[in-house]
Amino acid sequence: MTQYQQYLEFMLSALEARAGAGVTLSETTRLVADIGLSSLEVMEFVEKIEDHFDISIPLNILPDINTLGDLARKLQEVDS
Amino acid sequence: MLFDKFKPMAEFQAELAARDVVPFGAVTEEIISATEGVVSGRRVILAGTNNYLGLSFDARCISAAQEAAGKWGTGTTGSRLANGSFEEHQALERELAAFYGVGHAISFTTGYAATMGMTATLAGPGEVILLDADSHASIYAGVQLSGAEIIRFRHSDPEDLAKRLRRLGDRAENTLIIVEGIYSMLGDVAPLREIAAVKREYGGCLLVDEAHSMGVLGDHGRGAAEAAGVEQDVDFIAGTFSKSLGATGGYCVSQHPELETIRYCIRSYIFTASSSPSVVASTRRALQILQEEPGLRQRLWENATRLYEGLQGLGLPVGPSPSPVVAVVLEDRSQAINCWNALMSAGIYVNLVVPPASPSTNFLLRNSVSAAHSTAQIDTMIAAYAGLLEDGLIRAR
Repeated sequence: MTQYQQYLEFMLSALEARAGAGVTLSETTRLVADIGLSSLEVMEFVEKIEDHFDISIPLNILPDINTLGDLARKLQEVDS
Repeated sequence: MLFDKFKPMAEFQAELAARDVVPFGAVTEEIISATEGVVSGRRVILAGTNNYLGLSFDARCISAAQEAAGKWGTGTTGSRLANGSFEEHQALERELAAFYGVGHAISFTTGYAATMGMTATLAGPGEVILLDADSHASIYAGVQLSGAEIIRFRHSDPEDLAKRLRRLGDRAENTLIIVEGIYSMLGDVAPLREIAAVKREYGGCLLVDEAHSMGVLGDHGRGAAEAAGVEQDVDFIAGTFSKSLGATGGYCVSQHPELETIRYCIRSYIFTASSSPSVVASTRRALQILQEEPGLRQRLWENATRLYEGLQGLGLPVGPSPSPVVAVVLEDRSQAINCWNALMSAGIYVNLVVPPASPSTNFLLRNSVSAAHSTAQIDTMIAAYAGLLEDGLIRAR
């Protein structure tokens, strides 16, 4: 499994409960527009990823993130 | 359309207008004393002004300001790097440095300019900033301008800070760590002893924003770093004149001589007019009073503890420990607005804090206590909160 897939898989499972029945999660799902995460929830989600993968995610990358796929790609870059 | 993004705020404004309340921008029509005023047509106890030592209305500070206005005029009309450096500014910087027992100090026109300017300047591209998640908006604004890599650590969590420094490896040396002394919304004190220990282990520079703790904590009122006994570990202390010192303006002090060079690189210092001489003069006098009258601090803590224990005794959800900032935590916006309105009707002005200004999704009725509050005023505030309970506007936990 590629790093991208590992990140994506974790994110999909972490957001499953929050997304609710009406939203099918995929790499094209938008964190705010589709799932409706507030800015605080985004930061809590980021902390979950950081803890799971033992990484620190710079705030600088967040303005460019729209979808789960965007985030997984960016994390791959940061980690490398 | 450019204006679309402001719609949620416009809706909130409309909701407030429909209830005939204006918690944001309530107009003070008269100041009667450091703790009383007429706000939006009502005579109220001022319990949301951060006037911790009550010096905004001290006759000695007022007199110093009046004298300076007569001597120096009403404004400097220029930047510190152009025509705006007066002897008053330099004297204030010398006195601040002496107060903290360090060699160097910079004064700024506002507290926001101080913390924003320092955090925008100290670290840059290729370097790292580690900031407490609950840092003030001025710090978030500054770090975004810095060009450095910005990483948050969990609020007041030294272990999380250590973990993130460890992940940085050699880059930890070039990291700026930013924390506050007392956090402005819930009034909690940072665990500075533990944070300083982490800094000693991993390296980096430590900046502490003492905006709400200067004049409040420490045997000499120097703040949370003094109270924790870690001043030697702190590289930069930033703060404000607009709370304990009862004026406006901000500062940064440091043991590092490099601060004198950094001064010339801070855009919020360079490209703005310097503080008016009257403001500087009242600040200097207030700093002197802060040092000469430790009893003010004692009185402040007596009042803070009385209010905290009073509200806690009512079963209200307050912050983790007694502090001059006592916040009552509410979960519902409508309830928070109703409570704020009822407190105003009862003659108490407090701050209504809504996300994202609050550190979570909660709403806060934020009280700030002053040394100038009388015991009777503190008891009136507690009674007003008891009234909220009796009226069913709020429930004990």
